[in-house]
Amino acid sequence: MTHVATSPRFKENAHAALADPELQNALKFVEVNLIQRRRDVVDRLPEFDALRDSARDIKNHTLAHLDLYLEAYESKVTAAGGHVHYAVTADDAKAIVLDICKRLGAKTVTKGKSMVGEEIGLNDHLEANGIVPIETDLGEYIIQLRHELPSHIIMPAVHLTKGQIEADFRRAHTNLPADRNLAEARDLLTEARAILREKFLAADVGITGANFLVAETGTSIIVTNEGNGDLTQTLPKAHIVLASIEKLVPTLEDVAQMLRVLARSATAQEMSVYTTLSTGPRRPEDPDGPGEYHVIILDNGRSSMLGGDFADMLRCIRCGACMNHCPVFHAVGGHAYGWVYPGPMGAVLTPSLIGVDKAGQLPNASTFCGRCEEICPVRIPLPRMMRSWREREFERHLSPATVRSGLAFWAFFAKRPWLYGLATSLASRLLALIGSRNGRFRWLPLATGWTRYRDFPAPQGATFQAQWKARGTQRR
Amino acid sequence: MSAREQIFGSIRRSLGVTGTEAPRRKEVADRISGHPHGVIPARGQVSAKERIALFVRMVEAAAGSVTRLDDRAGVPAAVADFLRQNNLPMTVRRGADPRLADLAWERAGTLEVSTAPWDASALSSVSHALSAVAETGTLVLVSGSDNPTRLNFLPDNHIVVIETKDIVGDYESIWPRLREKFGDGLMPRVVNFITGPSRSADIEQTLIMGAHGPRRLHVIVVGDPGEPSFGTPQAG
Repeated sequence: MTHVATSPRFKENAHAALADPELQNALKFVEVNLIQRRRDVVDRLPEFDALRDSARDIKNHTLAHLDLYLEAYESKVTAAGGHVHYAVTADDAKAIVLDICKRLGAKTVTKGKSMVGEEIGLNDHLEANGIVPIETDLGEYIIQLRHELPSHIIMPAVHLTKGQIEADFRRAHTNLPADRNLAEARDLLTEARAILREKFLAADVGITGANFLVAETGTSIIVTNEGNGDLTQTLPKAHIVLASIEKLVPTLEDVAQMLRVLARSATAQEMSVYTTLSTGPRRPEDPDGPGEYHVIILDNGRSSMLGGDFADMLRCIRCGACMNHCPVFHAVGGHAYGWVYPGPMGAVLTPSLIGVDKAGQLPNASTFCGRCEEICPVRIPLPRMMRSWREREFERHLSPATVRSGLAFWAFFAKRPWLYGLATSLASRLLALIGSRNGRFRWLPLATGWTRYRDFPAPQGATFQAQWKARGTQRR
Repeated sequence: MSAREQIFGSIRRSLGVTGTEAPRRKEVADRISGHPHGVIPARGQVSAKERIALFVRMVEAAAGSVTRLDDRAGVPAAVADFLRQNNLPMTVRRGADPRLADLAWERAGTLEVSTAPWDASALSSVSHALSAVAETGTLVLVSGSDNPTRLNFLPDNHIVVIETKDIVGDYESIWPRLREKFGDGLMPRVVNFITGPSRSADIEQTLIMGAHGPRRLHVIVVGDPGEPSFGTPQAG
């Protein structure tokens, strides 16, 4: 099954999401759990904000010297007996993976969680070529059973309730007794563990993503809680690492800075359970580990973001904190965004990767409350970049006609302050007069998009500008 | 043009550089060889005694359990105790680590210790950590025949021995130990940082232990609590 981006239909997606009771039930956990937990763990580390500055500076420095760090990294991987492959596009990356799998005669491939894997649509490609990919992160395993994209970058199945997952397991695991008990989350996990244990042991190739690539040592790093990534990369004949160019950091000392902000921002943990630093294939005295170690470095449009308006986005470490804190994500979940990356980071990154013509609605799906920027561990100015996309969308005449004519109408008055003041004071007096009885409107012409869901308050007294002017006079 | 050339070309075009600028190259080479450290939390910068107490506290906060021993001769009995208390079979797998090999396992009653490779019957394993970080209760293990990586992940119960002299305050104090053991810029195949037992919260954010890796992590801390000296961060 191929996932075509539905980002152009964000509005319709969002409507459907708001009307989906199961989804709304699942989403309430995000707001309730994650914000407070993150605050608690951050409050326990007084240096957290200084570490965010440090993480931002490390990423900025690395990106400004990316060509040189990439060279250094490549030579270290090669010296350790590994192979570095370069992929300009998603198709290039898929072809490289397939070549390696075919050469090794792979039948099944286990996969650790990789957003780059989702971005390039790797599973569909492997399946189409007769190779069975098996997602081993519990959340990814669940959404693979459902043929869905992840709805969150670190909690892929956050949109699902326990009951839905139970139904999926009963549908997929037909060789198990039908009357087995799957009432609790623990039962579901135990069943998935047993099934996936067999898959780990049988797999020919293991594919993981990378949280960081270290130029100093040629090391790739994965950060997980389940241990699935480690079983994925330790047991098969070959380990393939999928990573995009911006994952580089200079040294191990820099890794320490990044780790301190990553786990706290992502899962509100002091440290994730497993942080694994991998360098090259099995050594002569090694009793285990993969015989081959490959790293695929994907560009897919990122190199042209360097030095431009959206370069700051390349600092992103994929913690997901911005979506955990986003009121729009809380309301509609991740699938409404229509592609791999949801929430504020997706609203900025998706137009860069698939085009503003397809994803122009995403940067508009923001209240600009600014919480995403406030908590971002690498201080990405997400609202500013969403605003840049809105400007580009307008400049390219991609916004809908109603929006454009509305803005033109408003601009006509805004450019003539005396006319603006006159018009607004007239309108507000008129509305106050009509609405004086109830103090609110249940229906307003040209504002049905608002009044369909809530009342519009009737103006109380003079306009803001008039009141401000009056106050200024008083103070003087 | 190769994919490599295309990507490097595009990066350099976007950055407005050629890649041959001497000051840029020097800056990168200096950063890699000098590896300056950034912000080190004060939390781990305490006396040896407090550092070990912090480590124990953080392991327990991450849902691991801890036994403290003054003398490493007590390790086999501590392993047997852990298995007995959890109603587990009295068998463990271990690697060739000399610090485990020379222990008097035969004196720990019915405990059976094997160095055979992992198989499905191996429910418990014992490893020796290279080092550990008090800041977050994190164990540091390295791959190789001394402590095979599989034993960190496949058994249901993982027991790890760590000596008090190897417990440091912060991650920054781990890197010099790795550089000293494996060489500057070189690494073993795998370095595992382990903080508590395996877990998942992928179903309705309900936290459950034992996702794919061990359900239990038991740490045996060996050695005296240490003199009250102060840990110093490594200069960059």
